[in-house]
Amino acid sequence: MKVKTRSIITAGALAATVGLALVGCSSDNGDGGDGANNSTTALTVWVDAERVDALKDVAAAYKDKTGIEVKLVSKDTAKIKDDFLQQVPTGKGPDITMGAHDWLGELVTNGVVSPIELADKEGDFLEVAYAASTYEGKQYMLPYAVENIALLRNADLVPEAVGTFDEMIAAGTAAGVTPFVVQQGPESDPYHLYPFQTSFGAPVFSSDENGYDVSDLQIGNAGGIEYANWLAAQGAAGTINTEVTGDIAKEQFTTGQAAFWLTGPWNVGAALDAGINVAVDPIVTPGAEAAQPFAGVKGFFLSEQSKNKVAANDFLVNYLATEDVQTALFESGNVLPALASAADAASNDPIVGGFRLVGMDAVPMPASPAMGAVWQFWGIAEAAILNGADPAATWEKLAADVQGALDK
Amino acid sequence: MTDRVVQTSKRSKQAARIADAASGGIRMILLKIVLLGIVDAIAVYALFVLALSDEWLIASLVAVVTLVVNWIYFSKRKLPAKYLTPGVLFLIVFQIFVIGYTGYIGFTNYSTGHNSDKAQAIDALMSSARERVPDSPTYKVTIVENLEGLGMLVTAPDGEVSVGSSEHPLSSVRNATMDGDKAVAVDGYTSLSFQDVLQRQGDIVGLEVPFSDDPNDGSLRTPDGSSAYVYTSSLVYDEQAGTMTDASSGTVYSDTGTGAFTSSDGEELLPGWRITVGFDNFARAFTEDSIREPLINVTIWTIVFALLSVASTFFLGLFLAIVFNDKRMKGRKFYRIAMILPYAFPAFLSALVWAGMLSESFGFVNQVLLGGASIPWLTDPFLAKVSILFVNLWLGFPYMFLVATGALQSIPDDVVEAATVDGAKPWQVFRLIKMPLLLVTMAPILISSFAFNFNNFNLIYMLTGGGPRDAAASVNVGATDILISMVYKVAFTGQLRDYGLASAFTIIIFILVATISIVSFRQTKALEELN
Repeated sequence: MKVKTRSIITAGALAATVGLALVGCSSDNGDGGDGANNSTTALTVWVDAERVDALKDVAAAYKDKTGIEVKLVSKDTAKIKDDFLQQVPTGKGPDITMGAHDWLGELVTNGVVSPIELADKEGDFLEVAYAASTYEGKQYMLPYAVENIALLRNADLVPEAVGTFDEMIAAGTAAGVTPFVVQQGPESDPYHLYPFQTSFGAPVFSSDENGYDVSDLQIGNAGGIEYANWLAAQGAAGTINTEVTGDIAKEQFTTGQAAFWLTGPWNVGAALDAGINVAVDPIVTPGAEAAQPFAGVKGFFLSEQSKNKVAANDFLVNYLATEDVQTALFESGNVLPALASAADAASNDPIVGGFRLVGMDAVPMPASPAMGAVWQFWGIAEAAILNGADPAATWEKLAADVQGALDK
Repeated sequence: MTDRVVQTSKRSKQAARIADAASGGIRMILLKIVLLGIVDAIAVYALFVLALSDEWLIASLVAVVTLVVNWIYFSKRKLPAKYLTPGVLFLIVFQIFVIGYTGYIGFTNYSTGHNSDKAQAIDALMSSARERVPDSPTYKVTIVENLEGLGMLVTAPDGEVSVGSSEHPLSSVRNATMDGDKAVAVDGYTSLSFQDVLQRQGDIVGLEVPFSDDPNDGSLRTPDGSSAYVYTSSLVYDEQAGTMTDASSGTVYSDTGTGAFTSSDGEELLPGWRITVGFDNFARAFTEDSIREPLINVTIWTIVFALLSVASTFFLGLFLAIVFNDKRMKGRKFYRIAMILPYAFPAFLSALVWAGMLSESFGFVNQVLLGGASIPWLTDPFLAKVSILFVNLWLGFPYMFLVATGALQSIPDDVVEAATVDGAKPWQVFRLIKMPLLLVTMAPILISSFAFNFNNFNLIYMLTGGGPRDAAASVNVGATDILISMVYKVAFTGQLRDYGLASAFTIIIFILVATISIVSFRQTKALEELN
């Protein structure tokens, strides 16, 4: 009667699974914590897995200071946004979550984040960080780090910084290697090419102090056509190649086969580990205006359904926005802090300082859901131009397609 | 006759009972009690947790399931139920519920901007409509309380101290106790400590103290219990009428049944909320331009892709199985193991590796195998389709090889021998004897393989991402997109998620696959009868 034993074991395992699954469905509820019933208040904070250790000390120090316990929940970075969107409406999400500023449009449109009030501290943050954490004129995010791309130079191959795009190609060619690599793909990569595009005076949307005006598409202006022509020339000359994926670009630079690499701080470690003598330079401008890369700003969001808003606001505004905490977060991730004073201190490092210098010109990546309409046509048009399509006509079609998708 | 039947059934029952008791023994009963005890302990724990968080529906479900499980396993009969219960429970939790939920979502407007219920949408609209009065200062605040309720003791930047509550606008007080430049207590009120404030966060976040008698001056709110700011609201919610009014333009937004507050000229305030929309999503699936235009081509390619994938993997797998089944072949085991390798790698990883190898100017295939040729394997619409089919063949044939090997080995040798004795040639033996026998076992696998490839999102997404896209077309669909990858692009482009539309599509795809499978299974049955 072995079978019977097995069936009982199976049943046991099953009931256990079902029971746990059902409990799992609801156990988050305890974390939210109903302030009125508990003697101590606890904040639940979702943190991406890489930052948990840095925040542990911060959380402990905050508890010593205020008596509020901060429960850190380590989350898979790729899932935080979707989980937050799905769980906040059920009332079981966290009080605070870590995230990136380009989620703002989606979070606000779904009504899951609550505005926060930085008041006099607005000026303490880097301008781009503050701008990125607002959406339609209202602040929703407490920023802690800023990321943007910059030009990495192999200082052994090219000892001096260069001024223009053509000089860069000349210097790299003179060194006898591939002069310049940038991450592309079959559908190009508009994010990495954006500084070149803006140097021709063709941002995606126009902007004012309230942020981007998504009803005013600028991509197809005269500068855009000029940029398209330039892009076609680069495609023909082979200096920008849709075949160069992120991995290929990385391999070329880290093995010393490329002199310049347009990339972000996330790749610097790989280059240093490979023994490359890396210098971080401003992005060379092919056009007449400043090269403005997109800045990605990381920060913390407050849940609209949080039952601990007073404690959460206190934690965000009066604690996370302090230099000590921002510096602690910087040390764990080596990304430029969003708080100006912490950023100044961190900029003593030549790499971080180099990225910060480039970041002075950076603009926040538009957070509006309307960007979806832009992304789906943008890369394919750039790839077509790089591969020999008629630049002006393709660019005009891009502008028309995006406008069409926005109007829908 | 009937008597005998009754007797036999009685007797067999008796026999079963005796067998049950004899086999059980004290150890079995103890084991049973221990295991059920564990189950019950977990269930009781679950009940506590659920009851504490007010999840009464799930709690009662857990209770009922536990009782039923106990009843079944303690009962002396119910032998079939003992076997069936675990499977049925799994089926309900992991299949029926999931499918039912997906079906339900297909009839809602669940998407970006329609993520929660109406009450939450109103909350969110009101909190984002609140605007801090431009250039207004930060007020230092102590939360105070008297018999009427909570109030704020406010110190303005110029040192003026005032007190107010939600009913009484701010009014100056003189005799406040100061701590540095902040008033911390005043006669007639009890001051709340930070800990007290934390206990009543909900009330304090909702506390609004009018700045003056004129409502247009706005009101003070404190997000953190220690500083307050003057806010005005750009939206006014009328609870009776259920409408939102824009304070500056006077536009009235009302609930018109579309899942969002809508003005008379059709402008919607987002966030809205989730409602059921009937067959709207299905209608959109066939009328929306970005879907309708490529739908026919994509459907044809999906079917072609699935059919060719099944056919190519089946024939290659079968061929190799026959070759490696020949006893004259030496080192068959070694070859067979090598053959299984593609099957042992995770498919999405293999697809990524192949994407790298097929790259036009850097890939291994062009650079090394073809001596520096530049063939656009993944960027030419036709070649991309060929590459997809080839990689899927590489990924899929080991499985068919395995199954075909097993099926071949299960064909009795004497059947083949008999045919040979009757004078059949090897090809005839294969075509007339082996193949039909093989197909009986393999046909269901071919059908399930078709259904799998019909939705083979991993391969398409990892290898070509659906591309290459035709830059001249205005829809975001590429040459190798199959239905499921097209749905993904349409429903989840950028930040706009449309779960309702995606669910509706999965239902449509399910109907397609189910129809094709049912028809094929009918054919298989005919095949079985043939033998």
